[in-house]
Amino acid sequence: MKKAITASVSALAISLGAGAAMAQDAISDGVVKIGVLGDMSGVYSTGFSGKGAVDAVKMAVRDFGGTVLGKPIEVISADHQNKADVGSATARQWIDQDHVDMIADLTNSAVALAVQQLASEKHTLTFATGAATSALTGKECTNYGIHYGYDTHALPVGTATAVVKNGGDSWYFITADYAFGHALQDNTASVVETLGGSVVGSSDVPLATTDFSSYLLQAQSSGAKVIGLANAGQDTVNAIKQAHEFGIVEGGQQLAGMLVLISDVKSLGTDVAKGLQFTSGWYWNQDDASRKWKEEYEKFSGGEAPTFPHAADYSLTMAYLKAIEAAGTDDPDKVRAELGKMKIDDFFAKGGTIRPDGLLEHDMYLLKVKDGGTDPWDVADVVRTIPGNEAYASLADGGCPLVNN
Amino acid sequence: MDPMIRLILAQGMLGLNNGVFYAMLSLGLAVIFGLLNVVNFAHGALYMLGAFLALILYSNLGPWLGIDALHIGFWPALVLAPLMVAAFGMLIERFLLRRLYKLDPIYSLLLTFGITLVLQGVFINFFNASGTPYPGMPDSLKGVVNLGFMMFPKYRLFVIVFSIIVCFGTWFIIERTHIGARLRAGTENPELVKAFGINVPLMVMLTFGFGTGLAGLAGVLAAPIYSVSPLMGANLIIVIFAVVVIGGMGSILGAVVTGFSLGLIEGITKVFYAPASNTVIFLLMVIVLLVRPQGLFGKHG
Repeated sequence: MKKAITASVSALAISLGAGAAMAQDAISDGVVKIGVLGDMSGVYSTGFSGKGAVDAVKMAVRDFGGTVLGKPIEVISADHQNKADVGSATARQWIDQDHVDMIADLTNSAVALAVQQLASEKHTLTFATGAATSALTGKECTNYGIHYGYDTHALPVGTATAVVKNGGDSWYFITADYAFGHALQDNTASVVETLGGSVVGSSDVPLATTDFSSYLLQAQSSGAKVIGLANAGQDTVNAIKQAHEFGIVEGGQQLAGMLVLISDVKSLGTDVAKGLQFTSGWYWNQDDASRKWKEEYEKFSGGEAPTFPHAADYSLTMAYLKAIEAAGTDDPDKVRAELGKMKIDDFFAKGGTIRPDGLLEHDMYLLKVKDGGTDPWDVADVVRTIPGNEAYASLADGGCPLVNN
Repeated sequence: MDPMIRLILAQGMLGLNNGVFYAMLSLGLAVIFGLLNVVNFAHGALYMLGAFLALILYSNLGPWLGIDALHIGFWPALVLAPLMVAAFGMLIERFLLRRLYKLDPIYSLLLTFGITLVLQGVFINFFNASGTPYPGMPDSLKGVVNLGFMMFPKYRLFVIVFSIIVCFGTWFIIERTHIGARLRAGTENPELVKAFGINVPLMVMLTFGFGTGLAGLAGVLAAPIYSVSPLMGANLIIVIFAVVVIGGMGSILGAVVTGFSLGLIEGITKVFYAPASNTVIFLLMVIVLLVRPQGLFGKHG
């Protein structure tokens, strides 16, 4: 509380001082405020959001130098509890009262869709990282919403293709019952069907279910060769664990996690997860620059290795601050235009571009879980690099009305 | 075996597994309501407390005391945690509920509801809201048993057998022994029983402790299956009240039999139309209330 008061008093002092100095300021309110709005306590708080995401943004601010155009950069964060209404209320307060300039993270597609819409009406930039639904840059795209890291279209291109080509041609889905799960299931099903496979059924499961046993039995009795998990985070971990408990994998069916993070693999243990293939926007052990960044991040955050959404949070903060610098202002329209012109070329995204529909198009990686290495986070090998234009829907196919009109 | 029959049996087993928790929790509620006339809304929170105590004994107590290697495992927790929950329940009875017996039952309902909110708030504050897996499942109960129609985790089988014994043991004590007879008499006519030299307030306190202890026991049993989360009780308590209403408020046998059979019905519904499984219990509740308002096993309306 004391800290918050100090912060707001100093922010007030700064803005008053700046206001006195010049009427029209390049940086609105004399401070660039980044709000990290994520799941800080729920199923997505490890791996996607949580402290790890806030740390990544703070580390980027530190590495950028702490100021942009001579003005301080401030990072605040809040828990949306995976509820779209809580997320919207927080975003509204941040934008209207706290003068937040950009909102990052937005894990949970339902929350991301709501906040992106709201922020766009208020001319505020959003960078969704943990949220996966391709609708963010598809039919619900906005002028100020950016989707940074991956989407439900890119995930199955790697994983489902690999599984079907290995003979897994009939699928049963266990799906998280909200925007994200349904989008992921639909996108995966279309990949499977394009390759000649079939979908024999699906079960919709509420978010944060702890007992998947009855759904798994349903999947087992369907006779499908592959059980596709169109869920994420703790849900995926629980489903995979219980599939082993009930002898489903031993019974000959294969599990395909459509959205798996290395933190999930670590929590399952490489003995349970061995052989699992999954698609990721980034992997720390993919090259030297990434390994070096991981080391830095571990030092900064105190031990936990970064997942790809964390790396995306760092990368987007850097890109945003660079765009402010290039535009010479934090005016959202000018910054957005600058982001569209920039090449995103760092340890996270090679040759990435932010398209007019808001999607960061960059290379994706198909990973395969291996026996644990010397580093406890060394859990997988990169099997294949999927070029950005293959992984993501083209601008025309993405379905963003802002682009097609 | 025909795959349909196999699926029905398998979902039935899982349903029975859920029914265990319905039965144990509604049993505790029925004991408390039947003997004290208190609708204990805190029952779900006490179930959650039992699960958290098991988790804390295993994961947190050691570090708090500075002995990192100290893990109090599942078996000791199975005894300790319910006793601790029972003691907590008795404190609630002695210092809070006892003041409300002369008032309308709605007051004790509101009090226990308040206790639920406080307990949930405390645990959300200190643990994360989405749940922590319980790491202390004993090695002897790991692995699966082949039941012929499905692979079933040993631990869940243990839970089913163990709780059937607990439920029918409780029914036997209350309905068929001297202690039970005194309890029932004490609530029916406290003045008369006092005249026989029996300490009725003490008996009531112990009964409340016993009912809440059952909730704690169910919590410990649930910990290795479900994630231990502050809201685990809140999600269950609505179903539990439906079970109690269907079985007949205060009927011990009704609570047990209804608990197990509703779990079973819920499981088998999943075979035919999965989305209906969440509502089938409430549909049955509506029907039972219309046809037999005192509940299936209720003695008087």
